[in-house]
Amino acid sequence: MLEPISVSLESLNLITLSPMLIAIVGALLILVIDLFKDTLDKTLYVMLTMLILFIDIGATYSLNINERGFFDLLLADGLSVVSQLIILLASLFFVPLALTASNKRFHEYAYPEYFALFLFMVAGFQFMVSTDNLILIFVGLETASLSLYTLIAMHNTRGAHEAAVKYFTMGALAAGFFLMGSVAIYALTGSVELYEIAKILQSQGADESALMLPMMGGVVLMLVAVGFKVSLFPFHMWTPDVYEGSSAPMAGYMSIVPKLAMVVVAMRIFGIYINLDIEAVSYLIIIIAVITMTLSNMMALVQKDVKRMLAYSSISHAGFVMAALALGTTKANSSIFLYYAMFMVTNLGAFAMLWISQHKKKHFDERYDHPFEKFSGMISVSPMAAVIMGIFMLSLAGVPPFSLFWGKLYLISSVVDFAVATAETKYIVLAILMVLNSAIAAYYYLKLVVYMFLKAPLASDTVVYANQSRPLNVVIGVLAMVTITSIFYVQPLLEFITYLVSSSGY
Amino acid sequence: MDGILTILLFFPLLAGLLGFVVNKDSIRAYGIAVASIEFLLSLWLWMSFDVTHAGFQFVENIPLVSDFGISYYVGVDGISLFIIIMATLMTLIGIIALNIKKDIKNLIITLLFLEVAMVGVFISLDAILFYLFWEFSLVPMLYIIGAWGGERRLYAAIKFFLYTFTGSLIMLVGMLYVAYVYHSVSGSWSFAITDWYALILPLDVEKWLFWAFFLGFAIKVPMFPFHTWLPYAHGQAPTVGSVILAAVLLKMGTYGFIRFSLPMFPDASVLYITPVAILAIIMIIYTAMVAYAQEDMKQTIAYSSVSHMGVIIIGTFAMNAEGITGSVFLMLSHGIVSGALFLLVGSIYDRRHTKLMSEFGGLASVMPKYAVIYGIMLMASVGLPLTIGFVGEYLSLAGFYKISPIMTVLAGTSIILGAVYMLNLYKRSFFGPVTHEANATLNDLDGKELAALVPLVLIVVWLGVYPKPVLVPIDNSVKALTSFMHEKAQTRVAKATIVVSKKNKEMK
Repeated sequence: MLEPISVSLESLNLITLSPMLIAIVGALLILVIDLFKDTLDKTLYVMLTMLILFIDIGATYSLNINERGFFDLLLADGLSVVSQLIILLASLFFVPLALTASNKRFHEYAYPEYFALFLFMVAGFQFMVSTDNLILIFVGLETASLSLYTLIAMHNTRGAHEAAVKYFTMGALAAGFFLMGSVAIYALTGSVELYEIAKILQSQGADESALMLPMMGGVVLMLVAVGFKVSLFPFHMWTPDVYEGSSAPMAGYMSIVPKLAMVVVAMRIFGIYINLDIEAVSYLIIIIAVITMTLSNMMALVQKDVKRMLAYSSISHAGFVMAALALGTTKANSSIFLYYAMFMVTNLGAFAMLWISQHKKKHFDERYDHPFEKFSGMISVSPMAAVIMGIFMLSLAGVPPFSLFWGKLYLISSVVDFAVATAETKYIVLAILMVLNSAIAAYYYLKLVVYMFLKAPLASDTVVYANQSRPLNVVIGVLAMVTITSIFYVQPLLEFITYLVSSSGY
Repeated sequence: MDGILTILLFFPLLAGLLGFVVNKDSIRAYGIAVASIEFLLSLWLWMSFDVTHAGFQFVENIPLVSDFGISYYVGVDGISLFIIIMATLMTLIGIIALNIKKDIKNLIITLLFLEVAMVGVFISLDAILFYLFWEFSLVPMLYIIGAWGGERRLYAAIKFFLYTFTGSLIMLVGMLYVAYVYHSVSGSWSFAITDWYALILPLDVEKWLFWAFFLGFAIKVPMFPFHTWLPYAHGQAPTVGSVILAAVLLKMGTYGFIRFSLPMFPDASVLYITPVAILAIIMIIYTAMVAYAQEDMKQTIAYSSVSHMGVIIIGTFAMNAEGITGSVFLMLSHGIVSGALFLLVGSIYDRRHTKLMSEFGGLASVMPKYAVIYGIMLMASVGLPLTIGFVGEYLSLAGFYKISPIMTVLAGTSIILGAVYMLNLYKRSFFGPVTHEANATLNDLDGKELAALVPLVLIVVWLGVYPKPVLVPIDNSVKALTSFMHEKAQTRVAKATIVVSKKNKEMK
């Protein structure tokens, strides 16, 4: 006879669950509406999704920091709040990109399920970042990923199907590695709670050589899983193909949200090792990060398609972030979130600009949707679009005073600080490698600027920005404004992020 | 008037934005009007400048990112004041002489944005603000070279951008390093260079930082062996682009040495006088020889401009008041003279659509006014006494004589070699019979071109004969700088090398 368990509702602290619940309930609501009347227009669903995301942002913002809930599975620390806010904001910018001029051309948005799946995915990412239980991380990861594969496939072009299958295969592999890594860690410590694991590792001491080998095994398996999801060398091969196949906004979204969620998980897991001063782990991450950014930069140089170029560039940005992750200082961790917040507006904007130039047929190249030639002489055809895209490119290259400059500045500064504080020259070398990579990256961003501003327009009567509509213009305008005016809000943003990150002890 | 620097900085920005509204046909007049107002504002700055005071004036300090110590911190002293005036003057002259019809509206607006960046660099007293304008100045210049340039303009534009961008990113690492050191010493973040001046760094740290900053500045100057982007940029840029590039953008590098490297790293600067001077001498002699070998008139002037930048570097690293004052003055004279020479080459190019010297000959008899102005500018460039070029070159070399007489002699060959290639250019293009039919009917300078060039001629002669009004404020600030460096220097060698003038001024 089992003892009856008595759980008081108070001790569950359900409020910590509210952000995810809002997304899930919203998704169910959309499905229910569809059940009753299936002729409703996508505009309704877009607006509903946006409203739900608004409420979600409110709920996330009003969470009490550093509370646990739901049998201690959920952890609402600063890390989770700040990453959820970035995820939700990115989603909020992503959803209205569905409001293209024509209803027929991109029919994935005609299905209400698209928006329901989208909200499920958001909930999955939220679970992933707001727990330190390895199992719940896995559940969140899989919920989000499975929804994401479907969303990619719903774009319904041949490339999209290929992309979805490719991403699914790689994602399944990553999930497998994640599980194996969790098993290794569980076998070592007997716990799946990261804070327990940290305690046990600390008490055992990191020097025991018997422990080192299996522990490193766990780290390596985890790093493979993270590498697949964040697209680090040598697990980055899928990225350009998947981005090319999916719709432009989806590619932009994928370059931010899934990566950020996984970076938070990596921060929680590897943070333990880095705090224990196990240097092998941070060296491993740094080496991978440097190879990632250098190699992908080289690849980006030779791309003929803007979208593939942006895919490689997002890999190199991921390498940047991972280099800071290996340091484990509060400033480095805050800089990661600042970087992602700034990267989000710029990169989503750049992909949105590709989105409004999307055509059903490939008019400009046999293989690619967005060859560089397509944007030749944009400055004389549609000057405003050229200027905005130019600003996004300059921001990605890190030219002041646009938004990503501040992210880059703070991130490199955190590396330099670490170098001076530990008096290790190799971190100065890391900082120099990072800036040299920024300089290489400037070339391919500039290439698009050169095409747009300095070359003669193509003699073609195809309208490049055929997919334009007023809502899309508004979204792009907002993103551009946020990119340009970053100098005015970087101070409060930095303060907010630093407060949240340091309050959760990272 | 406390906010004058802010007005000076944001007026062209505002005017540039409003310029989008102005009609295409009226934009040139608009550009001239705005640039004149900006120039008058900078003159007003000079009028209200207290010449007896050596420190920074018109200081404004508003925190921007206070958690990270970044602030809107601006001010001018004698060193930056005249460079700002030169920047606004050369922009005005460049716009007056503008002879481009294609997309002129975009060009004028770009020039105004470029003016913001130029003024911004020279008034910034916050390293990040400085960096911000420094990098931002690349974007309009990239557009000017790339959109209105010659055959290989794209290659030249990208090369220009990437070279400078790479160097300045390394410099950014150096800045972040200093900021962290400051943070660990004082407990608060600050990028204000006046705070950084007070920081005494360990010698080996200073050495590394010196090279980090050196790379950023040297590529901009451009020093040998980083000079290869400049001939391309000049060769392809439109006239107005070359004028601004030679007159102002290159000065950012040498200004950076004086504003950052010398006062922040006095020991390292003294330590590395010899390698830097050797690079500068190679630059002077080698590029002068290359200039002699050029067939293209504009390339000759481009290389001569690199050669003269070497003398500025020599003066800067003389570590005494004469040398540094001379180098600042040479920056001004080089800006005016090379700007004028590029304008002159531009106006002959507009007439003949060629810049090859072999295409010309006997121009003096066809275009007398042109030949006279060209001759005056040539003499000023060579450094003839009673022209503006002499003062700076003489002071720079005299200053460096105290460091090393032999190297000064080598650097002094710039005057001889300069005379060789410049007179050769003049002989081949202006004297002798008119060899080409097409040259016989060329028109002399028109009103627009005279309006741009005559003021420059007047300045060349005026400051050549009577440089005192400009030299005194520069000298005050430089003396304060050297005495500050002398006090800050830690090694005995550095203390001995940095010569303090008798008339000391306190530096703030």
